[in-house]
Amino acid sequence: MSRCLCERSIDHVVLERGEVAHTWRTERWDSLRLLTPNWQSRLPGVGYRGHDPDGYRTLPEVIDFITAYAQAISAPVRPHTRVTSVRRAEAGYLVRTDQGDWSCRTVVIASGAFNIACVPGVADHVPRSVTTFTTQQYRNPDQLPAGGVLVVGASSSGTQIANEIHRSGRPVTLSVGEHIRAPRMYRGKDLEWWMDAAGILDERYDQVDDIGRARQVPSLQLAGTPDRSTLDLNALTGIGVRLVGRLAGITGSGKAQFAGSLRNMCALSDLKMNRLLNLIDEWAQTNGFDGMVEPSHRLPPTAVEEAPPLALDFDNGEIRTIIWATGYRPDYSWLELPVFDRKGMVRHDGGVVSSQGVYLMGVPFARRRKSTLIDGAGDDARDLSDHLALYLRRNSA
Amino acid sequence: MADASSIANNGVNVAALVAAREELTKAPAAAQFKWRAACEWKDGTHSHSTVEGFYGLGQEQHHKKTFTFDADHPELFASEDKGATPVEYVLVGLASCLTAGIAAVAQYRNIQLRSVTATLEGDMDLQGILGIDDDVRNGFGGIKVTYKIDADAKREDIEALVAQSQKRSAVYDIVTNPTNVTVVVD
Repeated sequence: MSRCLCERSIDHVVLERGEVAHTWRTERWDSLRLLTPNWQSRLPGVGYRGHDPDGYRTLPEVIDFITAYAQAISAPVRPHTRVTSVRRAEAGYLVRTDQGDWSCRTVVIASGAFNIACVPGVADHVPRSVTTFTTQQYRNPDQLPAGGVLVVGASSSGTQIANEIHRSGRPVTLSVGEHIRAPRMYRGKDLEWWMDAAGILDERYDQVDDIGRARQVPSLQLAGTPDRSTLDLNALTGIGVRLVGRLAGITGSGKAQFAGSLRNMCALSDLKMNRLLNLIDEWAQTNGFDGMVEPSHRLPPTAVEEAPPLALDFDNGEIRTIIWATGYRPDYSWLELPVFDRKGMVRHDGGVVSSQGVYLMGVPFARRRKSTLIDGAGDDARDLSDHLALYLRRNSA
Repeated sequence: MADASSIANNGVNVAALVAAREELTKAPAAAQFKWRAACEWKDGTHSHSTVEGFYGLGQEQHHKKTFTFDADHPELFASEDKGATPVEYVLVGLASCLTAGIAAVAQYRNIQLRSVTATLEGDMDLQGILGIDDDVRNGFGGIKVTYKIDADAKREDIEALVAQSQKRSAVYDIVTNPTNVTVVVD
């Protein structure tokens, strides 16, 4: 956005509570890799020029990449400046920070959707003998006591963390709710390549049937695996991870209860994956890729044992740690504007917030399916900076 | 799936359901319902239950008539078999909830159903309820639901109907998740 505002000669500052790429520096686990391939991290004016276009950036590489971009575009970043409030003022907005106040006519909210780790209510009943971490607190298996680990949540974060913890010698039980399975490679190409080429990632918020639902769909269960292997539930059960249903409750006597819906959770996920692969196959056929790439194929269905356990006793010491991989929510505690829906999310139309001159970026399906990807920032920033520039012109008389 | 020109008719008023969804999104208080049943002991293991009123959309509501249900145990338990067993009513509830969901989802997805039949089987080890073995639970060890569906749709679209119906089913949720139950004596 800063780059697009510069191109339009719009004076601005970028307020950053820490250093550039703060979340990546301080709130993610050590082994995390970007789940999109290197070639796909395109930002306005910058494409990938390295020797490993199909690789996935490590955490330090992501930090370097974003920091270098901020330098390359000379973004006017004010680091170590925490916004404490944004409220309406006579000529626009008053932005208070711990480094002084700013008056501005427009505000772009680019603080992301993944600020606060969600923890389910049942967490209150976890016995004290069990250590808990959110995905935001977890760094590596060495933090954990020896013994079994319950990982709650089987999307991208949960599956990656379950994998490395189980391989560290701590047997993992993975509690599986809604998730969307996806193969890393399909017909010889990265799934992201297909989704990019077929225009799936470019699909706009005003083209989908029900944008409210589209914005709530969990992100794909993808991992940036160095060997480009698929890290799905079958891969995890293959190394000995045990699957259980969604964590439904913890009893007063310290027993975790799991829903009996594991089979359907997996069936829904397999069906959704196959719908995506059908879409890709149709696109490949229409666009003459058949014969040029590997033939169409389907992954074996997710294997679920005959009678998955419905309960787990914390008292017997089998489980020493719980990892909450149950998603994130945005932190808007500083945003003092009447722009929230009943669930506390910012109301917006493709990133144009209902309060004039306020814009929102980097939340699920803000303007496009790729809005939360690094690769999605450019197109959204171009659109929203156009809107912002027009707003300033119309209101400068 | 039916071609775009034909409109499926499964007898489900989807327009009304979609409108209700929109209305209740705007007015969450109206979405608060209370479902009720009353039960009277007759003799032995035989009881007679009725369902008539419920609460929803901010006020008391009534079925068009009072529905009645006799429950009992079969003769091999030395009972008189004057009705289905309570656990069979659970299977009936699950089957009818999932089946209604299949019809509604099919209508929404414009899939014409020709026939939908389900058979259900719940495994139970009576050592639980008879107190022979405390390690055996009272309830079902597992429930198997088998659908046969004839519809204008591919197999994977039919499987998706059945999966979505489970995802949105109240009874499926009640059966697969714990629920706090409070029983008091007035």
